[in-house]
Amino acid sequence: MYDGKKIIPGLILFVGLVTSPLWYNAVSGKAGYVPKPELPADKKECIEPKAYIRINHKVLLEDWKESVVRNGVRIYKASNKKNYNMDLNRTCMSCHKDKTKFCDQCHNYAGVTNKCWDCHIYPTQVKEQKIK
Amino acid sequence: MELSRRTLFKIAGLTLLGLSAKPGWKILSALDQPEPSPTPETLAKKKWGMAIELKKCWQDEGCKDCIDACHRIHNVPDLGTLKEEIKWIWTSPYDKVFPEHEFEVTEEDYQHKPVLLLCNQCDDPPCVRYCPTRATWKREDGIVMMDFHRCIGCRYCMAGCPYGSRSFNWRDPRPFIKKVNPEFPTRTRGVVEKCNFCVERLEQGLIPACVEACKEKALIFGNLKDQQSEIRRVLQNKVVYQRQPELGTKPKVFYIL
Repeated sequence: MYDGKKIIPGLILFVGLVTSPLWYNAVSGKAGYVPKPELPADKKECIEPKAYIRINHKVLLEDWKESVVRNGVRIYKASNKKNYNMDLNRTCMSCHKDKTKFCDQCHNYAGVTNKCWDCHIYPTQVKEQKIK
Repeated sequence: MELSRRTLFKIAGLTLLGLSAKPGWKILSALDQPEPSPTPETLAKKKWGMAIELKKCWQDEGCKDCIDACHRIHNVPDLGTLKEEIKWIWTSPYDKVFPEHEFEVTEEDYQHKPVLLLCNQCDDPPCVRYCPTRATWKREDGIVMMDFHRCIGCRYCMAGCPYGSRSFNWRDPRPFIKKVNPEFPTRTRGVVEKCNFCVERLEQGLIPACVEACKEKALIFGNLKDQQSEIRRVLQNKVVYQRQPELGTKPKVFYIL
């Protein structure tokens, strides 16, 4: 190999630089980070089992939107035989009052952005004067 | 055991009564049940409309109760400029609203009086035809509804609406809302919005906010398909104006002079 003395250290340096975020996280202990969404202290039960919600909350919310806006049907019959109002604010956010402590925890970790809060308003947003 | 004819009938009758208890209970107990969520069929029994009695409306000059009520509950921003104005319910001078009534010598008194305007909730809405994403459509009960989630902000509907009832959010409206009502979403930059005949209030069995707010009772709201309704009574035997009826959009907002 011509110029092996330059190429091989150069390659090692390049790979090191490219993977540096991984090294940094491993050293600083961030690699083991697990998001911890804050659960409401006084409520025991979500509208559906945790495992279902964890995977399907986006589909569920999309279905709710479709049902309320398009068909005017607001009653959600949950698998626990209870009826819930299909309403992001009055149902979901009545327990999970602050989206920064709940939604954002996982969304930020997974690099997910959504536009729900461009229009919808979560309860603590008004209280904390985040908007007028 | 020997059964007499009489005993047989008694037993048969009791058995029938016993068997009918459950289905009977089902039918009778269903009578008191609350009205279920609306389906397209139940919605189709209604056709919402509004009448505006102009003379009553003009009694209290400068009154803006209906406009304030609407804008408060629907988070309608006040951007301050005419160009970016967001309109749900607003006023315009009589001669501009009904240019076909403008004669030199008649209706002189009215020419410059403010006429209350809102989305006409047309029976044949042009905006719905123009929308390429079906973000706006006509519900079974006649309300021209909008799905803000789906609007791409192309503004074809605004070009199609002959009444100027639709407004576009040129920028984020949130900083321009005096006090946010958390129960109703705000809009975001790049969507079109308009009056929704208070769908969210009708759902709860309430009348639209503007109708409720009017002290003079100049606004009458009701089901046009119900012959006994107040609106049908008000519209009977009166000269009623609609805005530009010649366009064939069949507005459901009626003006009574």
